[in-house]
Amino acid sequence: MFKYILKRLGIAVVTIWLIATLTFFLMNMVPGGPFLSEKAVSPAALAALEAKYGLDKPLLEQYVTYIGDALHGDFGDSLKQRGRTVTSIIASKFPVSARIGGLAVLAAFCVGVPLGCISAMNRGKLGDSIIIVLATCGIAVPSFVICTVLMYTFGVRLGWLPTLGLNSWKHYIMPVTALAFYPTAYITRLMRSSMLDVLGQDYMRTAKAKGVSQFASLFKHALRNAILPVVTYLGPLLAYTVTGSFIVEKIFTIPGLGGEFIGSITNRDYTVIMGTTIFLATLMILMNVLVDIVYKLVDPRIKLK
Amino acid sequence: MKENPNPLSFQARIDPDDFLPASNEEKQSLVIMRESVSFWKDGVRRFRKNKVAMVSLAVVILIMIFSFIVPFFYPYTYEQQIRGSEHLAPMEYSEQEQELRAAGEHVFPHILGTDKLGRDYAIRVMMGSRISLIVGLVAAVIILVIGSAFGSIAAFFGGWVDILMMRVVDIIYTIPDILLIVLLSFALKAPLEKLGMMPGFGWIQLLGRNLISIFIVFALLYWGGMARMVRSQILTLKESEYVTAARALGAGTARIIKKHLLTNCIGTLIVTTTLQIPSSIFTESFLSFLGLGVAVPMPSLGSLASDAINGINTYPHLLFIPAALISLIILSFNLLGDGLRDAFDPKMKN
Repeated sequence: MFKYILKRLGIAVVTIWLIATLTFFLMNMVPGGPFLSEKAVSPAALAALEAKYGLDKPLLEQYVTYIGDALHGDFGDSLKQRGRTVTSIIASKFPVSARIGGLAVLAAFCVGVPLGCISAMNRGKLGDSIIIVLATCGIAVPSFVICTVLMYTFGVRLGWLPTLGLNSWKHYIMPVTALAFYPTAYITRLMRSSMLDVLGQDYMRTAKAKGVSQFASLFKHALRNAILPVVTYLGPLLAYTVTGSFIVEKIFTIPGLGGEFIGSITNRDYTVIMGTTIFLATLMILMNVLVDIVYKLVDPRIKLK
Repeated sequence: MKENPNPLSFQARIDPDDFLPASNEEKQSLVIMRESVSFWKDGVRRFRKNKVAMVSLAVVILIMIFSFIVPFFYPYTYEQQIRGSEHLAPMEYSEQEQELRAAGEHVFPHILGTDKLGRDYAIRVMMGSRISLIVGLVAAVIILVIGSAFGSIAAFFGGWVDILMMRVVDIIYTIPDILLIVLLSFALKAPLEKLGMMPGFGWIQLLGRNLISIFIVFALLYWGGMARMVRSQILTLKESEYVTAARALGAGTARIIKKHLLTNCIGTLIVTTTLQIPSSIFTESFLSFLGLGVAVPMPSLGSLASDAINGINTYPHLLFIPAALISLIILSFNLLGDGLRDAFDPKMKN
């Protein structure tokens, strides 16, 4: 177990370093610099600015300095938003994204699991078919389509929900629904197939034969076994909500980390690009590792490799 | 058989009855009742029975005709701006066109209306779905080639080669793709543009550098799943007798992998490739929506939807048509892939 965790963490560290390196050299390949778009910067001022942030040094030296600083937890100052450190930008923007993403994951889990169970228990009946059709279609619809359809129906036509910003609980409904749509459909399908698998097992028949009530057999025997694949899906799901929020944040103009990331690339705000990339990558990779470990703890049948 | 009177006779002991014409009953036993079914025939038979898969195949073919063949016969082009017919509703004619019609001339109707620059929307949607399909198909082929080569080499050589190669896959698998795609498409812009200026590389301009950078991204990041799938298949296949036999006959490694191992996991290859198409289309539409997809004036379904968002109050059909079409394409490829999996690779079910 310990060895397994160590191995996974080792790979995670290598991956994060690789991503940081790739990002660093890729973003320096992007033409233009952080100070070019500002109005009429004199060459002397430009040189002074570049010297201040160390951009005049050779690329390799910049890289070594940056990695060294980052290892000490210093991600530098934003080049565009004067006087703000990258850490403070992430600290102010990430909670917004995390709240929407977390609510979406919760909603997907709370809707998808029961739907999958209902569908599996009524196999072949009308309810099952309806749920399958809905779930299959749900997987095929990109998030921006859902966002815009929701916005058009409830925001523009009916006027029930506010379309922009994030001030009251009403503002959360549409972004969270849009973000939760795909994972809900996916979890429903996953839950249905694993539930069907479990319901056909011998121990379910034994439970029925010894007179366990349907309620108890469902919750004590079936659900606990059937939910395992859903647990493994939570890792990729997190990655999805992070990237999916790029679109949702753009459409609903929510001040989150996804918008910050895209914005920093168009502005060539090097330190913010590096900071957000490393932060998001670390978050996603560590969540994946965590989910794998939890999965193996929950299910003793799975051997650690 | 008639008893020969003299057992010591050297006469050939032939029974004339054996040379009688065969009776109908005897003939019947030699008739092949059912032809031996090959892998392909068996799969195709199972696939044909699957109604959902057949319908989705028909939809895919229909969309292909719609996006690759119909534009050749269509009277408008995707970049042609018609003055005076901006923002027409579906089947509406502009004033000039109405005058022309009144003069007895035939004007082809704008089936889906026009956009804000007076471009016929139907042809733009067709071109958009063409781009989406091209991205899906080309990306799937790239992933198929890289993934199967990588996976089969790792599995066939085993040992430390396998460990090393699979670590690489593990790392690529954990890289958050969208972050890198966004970065790469920005970073590849300038080098590709420069390359496009050079003689012999004019095709880069034609395709659009964003499209090429999308392909590069797919080639770099998305083959991990395919490599894993192929590796696990080949690990079991390489123990088969026919591999030993091939080696005994002097076949080289490359030949064994190509001729024997990869052809034997063709079912998995087909299914994984087909299921890769919708996810590539999904990613392309996501990128185009963020403005990182194909270059203007070339449309893609994602960029059409993205452009239409600002006018959602007044011209909602401009948004809903590409949105519905992209969902339909992804849905039918998903169902087609599921059907192919059930038909050609029953073990992979679930």
